[in-house]
Amino acid sequence: MRKLMTLVLALLMIAGAAMGLAGCKDESKIVRVYNWGDYIDPDVTKDFEKETGYTVRYEMYETNEDLYTKLANSNASYDVIFPSDYMIERMVAEDMLAKIDMSHIENLKYIDKEFLSLGYDPNNEYSVPYMWGTLGILYNTKMVDGEIDSWSALWDEKYAGSIIMMYSQRDAIGAALKSLGYSLNSMDDQELQQAKDLLIEQSPLVLGYFMDETKDKMIAGEAALALVYAGDAVYCIDYNEDLTYIIPKEGSNIFYDAMCVPKNCKNMEGAEAFINFMCRPDIAARNADYIGYSSPSTAAREQMEDGNNPYAYPDLSKYKLEIFSTMGEKNKLYDVIWTEVLAKVGE
Amino acid sequence: MKKQKSALLALPMAIWLLVFVLIPIGVIVYYGVTVTGPDGNLVFSLSNFARFADETYLKVFLRSIKIALYATVICLVLGYPVAYICARGTERFRTIVMLLLMLPMWMNFLLRTYAWLSILENSGLVNRILGQFGIERIQFLYSEGSVIFGTVYNFLPFMILPIQNVLLKMDDSLLEAAYDLGATPVQRFLRIVVPFSVPGVISGITMTFVPSVTTFVVSQLMGGGKVPLVGDIIERQFRVVSDWHFGSAVSVIVMIVIISMMVLMNKVDKSDVDERGVIL
Repeated sequence: MRKLMTLVLALLMIAGAAMGLAGCKDESKIVRVYNWGDYIDPDVTKDFEKETGYTVRYEMYETNEDLYTKLANSNASYDVIFPSDYMIERMVAEDMLAKIDMSHIENLKYIDKEFLSLGYDPNNEYSVPYMWGTLGILYNTKMVDGEIDSWSALWDEKYAGSIIMMYSQRDAIGAALKSLGYSLNSMDDQELQQAKDLLIEQSPLVLGYFMDETKDKMIAGEAALALVYAGDAVYCIDYNEDLTYIIPKEGSNIFYDAMCVPKNCKNMEGAEAFINFMCRPDIAARNADYIGYSSPSTAAREQMEDGNNPYAYPDLSKYKLEIFSTMGEKNKLYDVIWTEVLAKVGE
Repeated sequence: MKKQKSALLALPMAIWLLVFVLIPIGVIVYYGVTVTGPDGNLVFSLSNFARFADETYLKVFLRSIKIALYATVICLVLGYPVAYICARGTERFRTIVMLLLMLPMWMNFLLRTYAWLSILENSGLVNRILGQFGIERIQFLYSEGSVIFGTVYNFLPFMILPIQNVLLKMDDSLLEAAYDLGATPVQRFLRIVVPFSVPGVISGITMTFVPSVTTFVVSQLMGGGKVPLVGDIIERQFRVVSDWHFGSAVSVIVMIVIISMMVLMNKVDKSDVDERGVIL
């Protein structure tokens, strides 16, 4: 028994030492990247490794909230993360992000000025824009009569059982608020109450509340209309020509996903190198072509196959678009509303 | 000396239970009975539990229990005959049936559930075949029915295995004695097989009911988000809302309700058949 224990302990120690060694051997040569799933051209990271000699440790998350939970509650350390606008605002407020020395990001000059120093990072200290996009309606022209230009289509009884909503409280409630003419960031109990009633009214018409499954279902013609991000719409339209995407006239959400460095990063130099590489026009172009979201770099768009896609690059001056801001404690109220809406469904 | 040694053997299990069961439950309870105070420190409060008393949450919880009950009853009705036939069949037959039962379980639970989505969706396999015969599309998915279906599909083996295990241990001479004394097949089944299988049924029910109440994957995939269960509420508190205190409180409530139901069931069982120990 004792022999066995000694053996086990010895093995554990060897394993620990090996891991420790592997860990410190090239600590300065490792960049830990934490990105959305399916949000980069995988060959791009390989090229980055080849050109710079860094090793990329790549991990993925599904939502901004997953990213936040992981950073706030575990010891995991990353060098580059990709939060969206409102999450950047929240992380800055909670002192979770490190300032980036923008003079080290040479390729920042290729990022269009209109995407810098936005509300969530007014002095452009914490974030470098990666992609942006809008929220709107993807619909199948063969299954819908005429053209659609308003949120009200998602409430049209003609399309009962053929509407897909997003399984995301912020976006679903946001669409309802917008269709009522309110702000996406409404904190007004009365307005939120109305949005809730509207979503409950809509629920019998909804096929389902999905996130990633929406793309497959729209391509397959499972539903006529869906609430989607523009990037996903571009992807679907590529596969099914009957689909088209609109930003409703009442206004909608515009979002920015940017590269940031968490406070507890271990390799600032590597992080800057990675961010700089991602801003290089040819690299940014490859990423945008691969994932279908909109690049904030005109220089990149010029090199893209699909750099003038009308769905990805609408004339922004024509629409009333609003950025999400953080909700703080109102988050809980959003969840109560969302739970009530879903609980009412299928009763 | 001997006693000490056997106690030592139990040590790994004891450590495991402590680290992965008792401490986590302790942490959950702690989170459940605290809230972040105005100064950022955790203060004792039962407000998380009070919040759950809201009509909406209770409705979702009741629905979770209802769906889990349906799924468990269906599992029992479908699983009992299979377990019985297997236990009474030849070794070879049993091996084949068990293999067929276990084979899908070697595949990931999520993958199996996704597979059902593409089989049952509107443009899926079943509807395409029906379409060949001129039958109109049927909306199978995204209802309570499809969630129950998904739950039954995923948890059925956990009902069959324990029942089969108990029935295998049943002494054939009991049935022969009953036969000799003139009992009819129905009498033999009801008087001997059924009472004998109760411990298996109890653990089968436990192993299907508990995961059914708390699942959120099945309800999200098969229910299309339209059939929220208590597991979804808990999941969202941790992933979306970052309200770990409320999420923990709901978990504690679910645990208490499930444990009470199990204890109650065990009591009923004990009064029926006493000498056999029943594993909760």
